[in-house]
Amino acid sequence: MAAKSKVVGSFREAVADIPDGSTIAFGGFAMPGAPFNLIQALLDHGAKRLTLVGNSTGGAQRPRMPDIGMLVENGQVAKVICAFTAATRPTDPIPFTKYYESGEVDAELVPQGTLAERMRAAGAGIPAFYTPTAVGTELAEGRETRVINGREYLLEYALPLDYAFIRAARADTFGNLQFHRAQRNFNPLMATAAKCTIVEVDEPILPAGAIDPDAVHTSGLFVHRIVRVPPAPEGLWPSKRQERR
Amino acid sequence: MSGSKGLNRQQMADLAARQFQDGWVVNLGVGIPTMCSNTDIGETDIVYHSENGIIGYGQVAAEGEEDLNLVNAGGQNVTLKPGAAVVHHADSFGIIRGGHIDVTVMGAYQVSCGGDFANWKLKGQKGGGIGGAMDLAACAKRVFIILEHTTRDGGSRLMSACDLPVTARGVVKLVATNFGLFEPTGKGFLMHQIAPGLTVDEIRAATGAPLTVVDNLPVVRLAG
Repeated sequence: MAAKSKVVGSFREAVADIPDGSTIAFGGFAMPGAPFNLIQALLDHGAKRLTLVGNSTGGAQRPRMPDIGMLVENGQVAKVICAFTAATRPTDPIPFTKYYESGEVDAELVPQGTLAERMRAAGAGIPAFYTPTAVGTELAEGRETRVINGREYLLEYALPLDYAFIRAARADTFGNLQFHRAQRNFNPLMATAAKCTIVEVDEPILPAGAIDPDAVHTSGLFVHRIVRVPPAPEGLWPSKRQERR
Repeated sequence: MSGSKGLNRQQMADLAARQFQDGWVVNLGVGIPTMCSNTDIGETDIVYHSENGIIGYGQVAAEGEEDLNLVNAGGQNVTLKPGAAVVHHADSFGIIRGGHIDVTVMGAYQVSCGGDFANWKLKGQKGGGIGGAMDLAACAKRVFIILEHTTRDGGSRLMSACDLPVTARGVVKLVATNFGLFEPTGKGFLMHQIAPGLTVDEIRAATGAPLTVVDNLPVVRLAG
């Protein structure tokens, strides 16, 4: 296969060419699979007017890890597409909520399964789809629905991305990926929906062919840049120190 | 929560979990519902599904034995049972939308006797927290809700109609509260079990819709 390695030497280098106005998705559900090192590099890089996509906006852990809320605080974000603009428990506010409520940043609130499917559709050449999710709720008000076989469905559009930042356990130089346990979540979908997928990898990067083809979770076809996460403290790892409040 | 009347959080989770039937695929939402996977349900064979693609998880991991890359919907480190599998989010929500979940158990702010419930947005709030709740509510075969029977100011969370924006309409089959187990009937709530130490009259007074009770009303059995 392609002889050219996709391995990049640093996170800074991996995000260096990201222009202002890009649409970037961050993988992860809670801590697993979240690209903390790439988000930190984007904070340092400073690209502005970004549209960010992610399940949540972060800030539920202490100490806090790099998250969408921090990019908002850094003045880099125009809009966020996510499943939570507020915490599930009102007694546990997340940092993003106040920026959204004050109008400092725009947001589009999307049910989690719809968010996943919109990216899957974008990567699979499906422009839109009908889903029963959110029918009869405020989110469906004024939007196109259709009754199919007697049930009402809501029309949802594909969500294509410029960049996807994801984390994986293992990668080879071609970009074939394996995730460990709950690391997988949105990450394979975001990789298919993005023009450029950048992966931070837990383990030393393997030569192409070292991952059995039957055991590849995401094909290197969808992966463009790979960076090994250095050991802590240089690299950011999920750790037991991040307790939920 | 402590100091409120009736069942504590784990007992409410136990009450809901004991309604699961052998062989069910069960999805547990954030908060009290995640505690259902701690309930001892004997020989009953249940497959727990978490929206982040974990199929077949068990109890919360013991201190020092956590896999930090393995979490349930609430972000807690859990363990896997033999036969477990991991899928990505589109497949996980395909399981949900495809009708492969027998019951989803969720927390809520309010539930109506028509089976509507509200759990994503407070009154006057801009935005909210939906997560997977709308997908699960619309597509699981059954929805069970676990919530405190009353608000901090004593208002009922069991109502004739929700006054908060709903998550889904007409889907709730059972409601477990600190006061007992209730079924929305359309006209009111039918109480199937009562928590120890409470009376039907005081529960009726704390319920915002007509309340009926089953014959020979059973008292909730407590673990241990």
